[in-house]
Amino acid sequence: MEGGLAHRRALDYADRDPRGPIPQEAEITTGRRVEPGRAYGFFTDTTLCIGCKACEVACKEWNQLPADHLGLTGHSYDNTGHLGAHTWRHVTFNEKIGKDGRRATTMPPYQSHWLMMSDVCKHCDPAPCLEACPTGALFRTEFESVVVQQDICNGCGYCVPACPFGVVELSVEDGKAHKCTLCYDRLKGGLEPACAKSCPTDSIRFGPVEELLEGAKARVARLHAQGQPAAYLYGAPGTPRATGGIGRLNAFFLLIERPEAYNLPPAPSRPAPRALPSILSGLAAVAGLAAAALLIGVGRR
Amino acid sequence: MPQWDLANSDCVLVMGSNMAENHPIAFRFVLQAKARGATIIHADPRFTRTSAMADIYAPIRAGTDVAFLGGIIRHVLEHDLWFREWAIPYTNIATILGEDYRDAEDGDGLFSGWQEESRKYSPESWQYEGVTMPSALAESYVDTEGFCEATKRLHEGPPPRDPTLQHPRCVYQVMKRHFARYTPEMVERVTGCPREVFLKVCEALARNSGRERTTAICYAVGWNHHSTGVQIIRSGAILQALLGNVGRPGGGMLALRGHTSIQGSTDIPTLYDMLPGYLPQPHAFKPHSTLESYLDAETSPTGWWRNFPKYAVSLLRAWYGEAAAPENGWGFDWVPRIVGDHSQLPLTVAMRNRIIRGLFVMGQNPVVGSSNSLLVQRGLADLDWMVVRDFAETDTASFWRDGHLVRSGGMRPEDIRTEVFLMPAALSGEKAGSFTNTHRLLQWHDKVVPPPGDSRSEHWFVYHLGRRLKDLYAASEREEDRAIRALTWEYPVDDEGEPDAEAILQEINGYTWPDRTLLPDFEALKEDGSTACGCWIYSGVFPKPGENRSRARRPDGPEGPGTHLGWGFAWPSNRRTLNNRASADPEGRPWSERKRLVWWDEAKQEWASPDQIDFPKDKRPDYEPDWSRKPAGMDAISGRQPFIMIPDGVAGLFVPSGLKDGPLPAHYEPVESPVANPLYGQSISPAAKRWEHADNPVHGTGDPRWPHVLTTFRLTEHHSGGTPTRLVPTTAELQPEGFAEIPTELARALGIRSTDWVVISTPRGAIETRALVTDRLRPWRLDGRMVHQIALPWHFGWVGYATGDVANVLTAVVGDPNTGMHENKALTCALRPGRLRRAGGAGVAREAR
Repeated sequence: MEGGLAHRRALDYADRDPRGPIPQEAEITTGRRVEPGRAYGFFTDTTLCIGCKACEVACKEWNQLPADHLGLTGHSYDNTGHLGAHTWRHVTFNEKIGKDGRRATTMPPYQSHWLMMSDVCKHCDPAPCLEACPTGALFRTEFESVVVQQDICNGCGYCVPACPFGVVELSVEDGKAHKCTLCYDRLKGGLEPACAKSCPTDSIRFGPVEELLEGAKARVARLHAQGQPAAYLYGAPGTPRATGGIGRLNAFFLLIERPEAYNLPPAPSRPAPRALPSILSGLAAVAGLAAAALLIGVGRR
Repeated sequence: MPQWDLANSDCVLVMGSNMAENHPIAFRFVLQAKARGATIIHADPRFTRTSAMADIYAPIRAGTDVAFLGGIIRHVLEHDLWFREWAIPYTNIATILGEDYRDAEDGDGLFSGWQEESRKYSPESWQYEGVTMPSALAESYVDTEGFCEATKRLHEGPPPRDPTLQHPRCVYQVMKRHFARYTPEMVERVTGCPREVFLKVCEALARNSGRERTTAICYAVGWNHHSTGVQIIRSGAILQALLGNVGRPGGGMLALRGHTSIQGSTDIPTLYDMLPGYLPQPHAFKPHSTLESYLDAETSPTGWWRNFPKYAVSLLRAWYGEAAAPENGWGFDWVPRIVGDHSQLPLTVAMRNRIIRGLFVMGQNPVVGSSNSLLVQRGLADLDWMVVRDFAETDTASFWRDGHLVRSGGMRPEDIRTEVFLMPAALSGEKAGSFTNTHRLLQWHDKVVPPPGDSRSEHWFVYHLGRRLKDLYAASEREEDRAIRALTWEYPVDDEGEPDAEAILQEINGYTWPDRTLLPDFEALKEDGSTACGCWIYSGVFPKPGENRSRARRPDGPEGPGTHLGWGFAWPSNRRTLNNRASADPEGRPWSERKRLVWWDEAKQEWASPDQIDFPKDKRPDYEPDWSRKPAGMDAISGRQPFIMIPDGVAGLFVPSGLKDGPLPAHYEPVESPVANPLYGQSISPAAKRWEHADNPVHGTGDPRWPHVLTTFRLTEHHSGGTPTRLVPTTAELQPEGFAEIPTELARALGIRSTDWVVISTPRGAIETRALVTDRLRPWRLDGRMVHQIALPWHFGWVGYATGDVANVLTAVVGDPNTGMHENKALTCALRPGRLRRAGGAGVAREAR
């Protein structure tokens, strides 16, 4: 809240040690309770992102993920490179201050000339990775998030190319698929996911998707009114560039440049509808061959 | 001002700070202000993550801040944009100066009072007409004969003023003249900032100041780390005082501190020249031979500092307990005297000169963090012993094995005789204690887990070190050993020998003597030995047994008021906004409803506020001192003078004493600069501290061998000397290697691409690092030629996962005359593609010459 004003329930714990986890702590930190049966997700507002990478660190600390890339990339301040098996939040950096040998000094309202965005699994609905999974290792939780169960995953890797965002990756450690769980364990405990909780500027907001969407639309309208006409939502239902075949992204974004500037696909799509005709034709071909074989067999008799 | 109060600002100027990167949590409140429509301005040599969030980005060449701010001051004065009703009563703008004063304008950059032989200023000619002013800090002694006696006459009458501002020697007229040449054209010429951008900044600040609106300035070490650091900060303060942005909601100067308790380490100082609570350290060459002469020389006759003797005597009682008595000046003789500047820069030189033979390094990594690292490394090699307390082996602890000089062949481990003791230290969650943050807020932290192995807290280490020293001296009869024998050193310890941190805080809070009843506040302190207090400004933090107010955690709820008086304890007396009397007009009414904080309640005959009042609670706004009775202390401060720590009760736009480099800020180039000063013949600060040493060569202005400007900076991903973050994989991978930011134009000219190796050198040494070519740095056109600027993060060293050459190999031991603070934000260097030859004893040393 503004100026550090606290949620009413925070005052319950002002004078006493809670002696253990606070029930529904998410209500104090986000104003929303975490309850099964509702869809939860992230609204990542890039105009508030300062590129501090607290989300990356908080994610790795909570989920006990190893550092897996030690080397200077030379790409602005991005040394993590991309989302992967051990990197479930990744901040992209895009420097745009120089133009035709000159440098900008006038700034449109909010983040400009150095685009920063904290990328994450979109928890798509429907989710291509889940659709591609032959073992049932990927499943949709009671919070409408998409989670991999490593004890079931056989490492076939079908989910990897199925994801239009390059989120899922097989770990070199155990050969299995890993990705963001929307902090499934924390949600079960009534806690806000680690990345959102650590975000100092509230660029990452956690909550029920429907409520996040309302707030996001209001934010876009406010930015338009403040002189930032380029602001739009990416990945939210009913918004421009809504994704072909994927109904909605439970983690969606507010952007001020075209998606490619943030390393996001301009038109992500689900492989399943494309695959269906080929699967059917494949099945037809198999059926045809089988029928032919049968006929030949019958003929020999 | 509290960081969260930034949410109430209508405009925030971030300058000398990369706030989004280095204070990301406080920056939250800047973005909240922005959401409410505030204008955010970032003035900086580099386009950073802070600039990306700003409405206006003003690029300025490193080291030209006074020129930029001086230009804004001129703009505000010339166009009459200052807050007249606020500034005339609340600052010294109407005060009349004596006839002897000559401005830098008349001396081509030198103020009157310059003494060429001693290379120092004497402040006699900077005084008010007929009135000699002591410094605002309790450190007023000036060694000119008669000066101190003259300040004692302050209670004979107020300094002369001309509220019409017509008098040619009133501060307003003097300032107008002083800043007249800081025109937008001159600002552009000196700083490189396009004049239209500069004017936008001026307009935004003026538009967002006054009765209804307030502007905040946030600064950090980007202002401090210059040979003119104090005067840069002064420029910001002058501007805020002219615009009426002091003591009001959303207004102020926020000094963003670098570590969790850097504020605490000046309050209860690790500084050589102060005792706890900003009391001066006794000095061998000042009249400090007895307590009586010390108190006489350092006590201001008027204002709050009149209470200084109470704080000094109570401190001595806390330190020497039973041994302190009126006959021995409460043990004043046992307090060590200083003989000069013993700050970190001369301390480094003293190690090199084998004056200092042993060193404790606690919570610091000087090989990485201190200026002229090769001098530091040579100095460490000249020691007999060094104790490093840290949670891992730091670069400082391993200088003898892996240091730059060892790798370059300039030094061999077997020749280094320094005995290094590495003591494992507990981390903050492994010990109890308090942090004092940027806004003077004390916040307690509990011990959560025991430290691993033999790791111990600082409390444990210092307590047992002191205890053992006391044992060693217990039987001594020698007079010089009395200082240790007399020291009070009784703290309850637990089974592990860990002293009780709350007992220490209680001693700091203070208690009555001898029955040890905790004191409610510093107003209870006495100078007769009946109270003991470890640090007067912290008094009230532990007013009753069991009531550790720094441990309080009750924030304000949704209904406000937003001062959060129940969260932690802000010194003094839990006041959240200092000088908040200034948020009401001279009659005691809020300047506006929108900016309401403090007001005079006529019915109750007292001041009212959701904050604690930084003013005598029942002093009427119409109170005037009766000068015929020679009023002392607070009796000499009228009901309309909010600045109670200053002897005349008003903010000092012009500072008659207390500064060593002039009463008004003037632009001087950095000691190492590519260009001469366009404003004055005096190119660099005449008073800048210099230490001549063969290991510390410094070159002159415009030396073609070192053509590029060099500035150093921090990254959000690493912490200062790097020990906590370079050793942790999850932070190390985010910025895994040292690098230098190089502007595209310079890189193209030299054929350098990102991740290529480059060599950067200064007269002190050379380093190799990777290039990060970026448009975020821009070339400056200065007097018809292009000047490039290179920027180096200084966190790196050889220890840990994220490594790189030490940037401070390049910096010089050169400092601000007031603070001794180094000038690592602006110097010059050379750049070439390639690597250093390190094998076979070539490398650093050869590259440096």
